Amino acid sequence: MTTLEAYTKAFTDTFGITDEEAKNLKFQDIKAWDSVGHMGLIAAIEEAFDIMMETDDIVDLSSFDKGKEILKKYDVEID
Amino acid sequence: MWNLNQFKNNIAVITENGEKITYEQLNKYCRELTDQIGKRCLVFNLCKNEIGSLVGYIGFLNAGIVPVMLKADLDDELLSECINTYKPDFLHVPLDIAQKFKDCEKVYTHLDYALLKTPYNNVFELNDELALLLTTSGSTGSPKLVRQSYKNIRANTASIIKYLEIDEKERAITTLPMNYTYGISIINTHLMAGASLVLTEKGLMQKEFWQQLKESEATSFGGVPYTYEMLDRLRFFRMQLPFLTTLTQAGGKLAPVLHEKFAKWAQENNKKFVVMYGQTEATARMSYLPPEKAVEKYGSMGIAIPGGKFSLIDVNGIDITEPETVGELVYEGDNVTLGYAENGTDLKKGDERGGKLVTGDMAKFDKDGFFYIVGRKKRFLKIFGNRVNLDETERMIKSNFSNIDCACCGKDDMMSIFLTDSVYNERVLNFMTLKTGLNRAAFKIHDIDEIPKNEAGKTLYKELEQYYA
Repeated sequence: MTTLEAYTKAFTDTFGITDEEAKNLKFQDIKAWDSVGHMGLIAAIEEAFDIMMETDDIVDLSSFDKGKEILKKYDVEID
Repeated sequence: MWNLNQFKNNIAVITENGEKITYEQLNKYCRELTDQIGKRCLVFNLCKNEIGSLVGYIGFLNAGIVPVMLKADLDDELLSECINTYKPDFLHVPLDIAQKFKDCEKVYTHLDYALLKTPYNNVFELNDELALLLTTSGSTGSPKLVRQSYKNIRANTASIIKYLEIDEKERAITTLPMNYTYGISIINTHLMAGASLVLTEKGLMQKEFWQQLKESEATSFGGVPYTYEMLDRLRFFRMQLPFLTTLTQAGGKLAPVLHEKFAKWAQENNKKFVVMYGQTEATARMSYLPPEKAVEKYGSMGIAIPGGKFSLIDVNGIDITEPETVGELVYEGDNVTLGYAENGTDLKKGDERGGKLVTGDMAKFDKDGFFYIVGRKKRFLKIFGNRVNLDETERMIKSNFSNIDCACCGKDDMMSIFLTDSVYNERVLNFMTLKTGLNRAAFKIHDIDEIPKNEAGKTLYKELEQYYA
């Protein structure tokens, strides 16, 4: 699995959506991505890449794209 | 209810865009709104943590108008069922959804809220003591309401102010919905004490929330068990929040390990962490664990609030006097509400409880008189602080999906739904999230060939425990 696949899977598994739907997703675009869903998403991403994110990054991860950028800080390149 | 002009120049509210509203201004907003109504009647207030919604709530109570507090994003079908049941004279709703109510006339707009006149005029008689109506289960939108009196609210508010020592310097930021009894109690106490409320629709998982918390120098917030799990995951203990001094918790039993963690953090950082227990049926609060006992007695919901009294009864209704003995928790106090309403004619009913509430929660007390919740008599779960009736959700699923059998059970924050045909799994999950408004993470679907039942056809929930316990 590529990092992009693993990253996308965190979204699709947590929110019950397709890869396509995940791509341009932003916080609160769908009902499933509320605060509760966000916590699940962070857990899934942390587990997928075996990292522990900082508070500022957790609350900053407000879109699919933004997350990719944030993960660079943890030496995870999504491609 | 509130003498707002008593604190004239104090800041009552700080809004999401940083605007500061004094008590004098708040009072003016309230009067301008309620002058449009001019009589005692029933109003539905569709709540958000915004100034318009707050002005509705405070204004209505101060003017003797009885609000039913509902969440603004309540499912349309459930909302119309409530409207048809109670036939309110007015709806007070966020401006952007006002056009949804076709048979209503917009009579006033202010602060991004609209006051809508319904076709109804004082259809049902309102008891003189009746102040406020709240739902029992915010999420399934059952039209069953709790009837709270002016005396109930005054008593509970005074008691909470006393044990939490809320004064004019306090500044609470909203983390709970305004239609939720715990959120309301924070509003009630702070405005009674001349303190400030920081209103936000943003959640803990949003950057804007933390910015607003810091900028407004908020001193406290409240949370349900799930809030504390989120805070833990957010590495809350590493945050520098010098102005934040008090955290309160209610809305379900916090895992003892988290209780201990937050209690220790509070002790080490000179903050207060206060675990409390309550129900809408008791206006809001019944107990609190004094913060200085938090570390020593973690896992406990504490002692009765000032003016209240607990007892435990056994299956025969006899008082339990031995420590560490489980019985049903009974509470007595002036905050015990009048009773329920299930239809419009119930609104004229008076006090049916006489100040005594049999809680339905199973508890014990230790040798020092501190109480511990150990279980529940009735079939419901607390999910993210909301009471969710399992028989009700089961009924909803069965009536919507007639070819399958199902059973709902589970643990707090995780409902297990057993279905006999896996083809429906995704559809049932979507249906449940839609109808309850709860995140899909709250549900786990289990496939099962047959729902275990006894000879009389009653579901044997005990046999399902092995799959989720």
